[in-house]
Amino acid sequence: MAALHEDETMGLLQRLNHASFSHGIHPAEHKEGTRDKAIRRLPFAPRLFVPLSQHIGAPAVPIVRVGQEVVRGEPIARADGFVSVPLHAPATGRIEAITLMPTATGNRAPAIVLHVYQADNQVVGFGNEVDLARLDRAALIEAIQQSGMVGLGGGAFPTHAKLRVPEGSVIDTLLVNGCECEPYLTTDHRVMLEQTHALLEGIRIVMRACGAGRAIIGIEDNKPDALEVVRQAIPSDSPIEARAVKTKYPQGAEKILLKTLLGREVPSGGHIFQVGASMVNVGTAAAIGQLIPRGEGLIERVITVAGPGIEKPGNYLVPLGTPTDFLLEQLGFNGSEAEVIMGGPMMGKSLPSLEVPVIKGTSGLVVMNEAFLNQPVRKSYPCIKCGECVNACPMHLNPKELGLLAAKREYALMAERFNLNDCFECGCCSFVCPSAIPLVQQFRIAKTYNREHAA
Amino acid sequence: MKLNIELRTSPHLRKTHSVDTIMRNVVYALLPIATFAVYQFGISALALLLTVVASCLLTEALFNYLGGRPNTINDYSAVITGILLALTLPPGFPLWMSAVAGFIAIGLGKSLFGGLGYNLFNPALVGRAFVQAAFPVAVTTWPPAYAANRFVEFIPTTLTLPFTEPVDITGWSQQVAVDAFSGATPLALQKFEGVTTPVMELFTGMSAGSSGETSALLILLCGTYLVARRMMDWRIPVGILASAGLTAWLLHLSSPETHPGPLFMLFSGGLMLGAVFMASDMVASPVTPLGIWLYATLIGVVTIIIRLYGGLTEGVMYAILLGNAMAPLIENMTQPRAYGHARRRSRS
Ligand code: SF4
Ligand code: SF4
Repeated sequence: MAALHEDETMGLLQRLNHASFSHGIHPAEHKEGTRDKAIRRLPFAPRLFVPLSQHIGAPAVPIVRVGQEVVRGEPIARADGFVSVPLHAPATGRIEAITLMPTATGNRAPAIVLHVYQADNQVVGFGNEVDLARLDRAALIEAIQQSGMVGLGGGAFPTHAKLRVPEGSVIDTLLVNGCECEPYLTTDHRVMLEQTHALLEGIRIVMRACGAGRAIIGIEDNKPDALEVVRQAIPSDSPIEARAVKTKYPQGAEKILLKTLLGREVPSGGHIFQVGASMVNVGTAAAIGQLIPRGEGLIERVITVAGPGIEKPGNYLVPLGTPTDFLLEQLGFNGSEAEVIMGGPMMGKSLPSLEVPVIKGTSGLVVMNEAFLNQPVRKSYPCIKCGECVNACPMHLNPKELGLLAAKREYALMAERFNLNDCFECGCCSFVCPSAIPLVQQFRIAKTYNREHAA
Repeated sequence: MKLNIELRTSPHLRKTHSVDTIMRNVVYALLPIATFAVYQFGISALALLLTVVASCLLTEALFNYLGGRPNTINDYSAVITGILLALTLPPGFPLWMSAVAGFIAIGLGKSLFGGLGYNLFNPALVGRAFVQAAFPVAVTTWPPAYAANRFVEFIPTTLTLPFTEPVDITGWSQQVAVDAFSGATPLALQKFEGVTTPVMELFTGMSAGSSGETSALLILLCGTYLVARRMMDWRIPVGILASAGLTAWLLHLSSPETHPGPLFMLFSGGLMLGAVFMASDMVASPVTPLGIWLYATLIGVVTIIIRLYGGLTEGVMYAILLGNAMAPLIENMTQPRAYGHARRRSRS
């Protein structure tokens, strides 16, 4: 214990000069319930719902028929174009249907329903060992696409599509995001601790695929153990480096971490490769490190299930397509009323249905109970121009002005004069607003309105 | 699984500071200052405070009723306006005039603009500016502090009948004053008679003045409480005091006989109360980082200029009103550079 205390004091001193960005907020972390829980497997649900669109871009196209038997790991849908990825069977079983199923957005979307053979030993029956050394850049990118890899941090953008840059652009640095700044979530934390070698292997593969000469892993300083473990595992002559960054929300947003680590900014409306960098999440890198050498596809992921409504919070390795209600049954929820947030509580979505499955971009489920829901609703006041939101916005927008314009439905003006489209809905402004104005919600409405009226 | 699930929009967490929490804490921060005013000036100051606050609350309720709006008096903002306004008035200010001041502050300064959040000016200052013009004599009649019978006897002007002018209290003042008392504030003494009150007396509040403006130390302490609880933007008071101090110092260097030193200027009159509690009114000040500094500098400099070159002894009230009027323009000119945009960034 004494040694630990010493560590913490040193940490405090060091923390003062950890890199960060300006603005942002410090929500309560709520990570203590799960950060020390090792990743565990859960049983297979009787039915898995595998949506065809689990990523940004064109939905995958099914290559199986209803009634067909599939083996765990077998491709069941192919990519439709470059910005798209294939899907693999998360379990051995039979295709029961290809039909519309609820999604987190509230709309129903096509999904492959897989009846799981519970008696099967569920060994991954697909994949060919790859001699990585023989693959060139294009072949690596192709291999990453074929694995079905997307941003596991929640972005769900096809990873390979971020690694191929247009002629003339060069990526000098690969950034690896180990911030996990959302409250409650601890999957990245556990992955860094438990899958360190896969993580480093994945980083090497991605560096080669995007041509980056160096990689920097950014880890928030509330995870000193992960930083230590990762640092220990990096060979001394490696171009990979792990750096502590300040614990502050939204440190783990791509644009923000880029600014923190390299001081560069993605131009408004542009892409990160335009400033010579690329970024993957640690979970994505670790999955790449595990799957690509074996030629396998992405069929399961680590999620944190936590929140006051859950009896056995922890970090679990679950097959993609596992429905939420199965997880709640396994992990215990006693109440009668809940809010189930897919993702973290700052940017995640409340689920409209418990049939919604875990998909590639699901970093966690945060389950709120009655006690949380029955807190008295904060009274909404007119904007008192306190400026808290302005001091919180990591994009240095003026949410106060945006909010006042939204109230007047001046949506076009919001975009033209106050950079509405640079808002990535991080929620900092709503979080701090003492008047409880639903700023982010207003901005979302404004953006949707502008998009619909653009044509 | 049978479970009612609720749909909400992100972010699902919120900070706990709410408008009424902030406003309540501002009231807490003002209470020591009000208490000190009562200790200094006795029951007249107490009656003044109660009258103005009551008038503000009633006016707020009345306008809400007339406008068909929900009642907002429990958000504490009208209480703040009332206390602040009372603190800027002379302790013996006739009560009926105080009630008028409260009515104007809330009615004209706030409700007509649309209520909390929509006002252009600090309502308390609107009320103060109105009585300055309407009752010029009463508003510059200063009774002495620490009068012997202050806890049992009203200052004669306090109970002036409605719609009449207050009596002259020069004779009364000389009777009750602890020592020779001229009936002038330190700023007036300095400006018209060339007598400079020691800075220490100003700092601790041993002089005549408006009921709540005399102890700079107390005001600073109370302001620090709000800053520490992150309920006030420290940049505004700091900017005003720094710019006022600097301006006063430069002018003092240029002619030390006529222009008093910076410490005297900072600790006398309403500057401290204005800088800490009035200019920092969130609604009427800019929110952009550079804008905040510009606004504060403007107020600090204008205050000193009015004090030294204007016909009035006190300039902070008009300086803040000017700052309030300029705030939207200042904010417009100082939009921060957004992430990913090329425009020169103003300041973090
Ligand atoms: S949600 Fe948008 S406006 Fe609000 S703080 Fe985040 S980026 Fe800024
Ligand atoms: S935080 Fe809320 S009340 Fe304060 S300026 Fe922003 S929108 Fe207005």
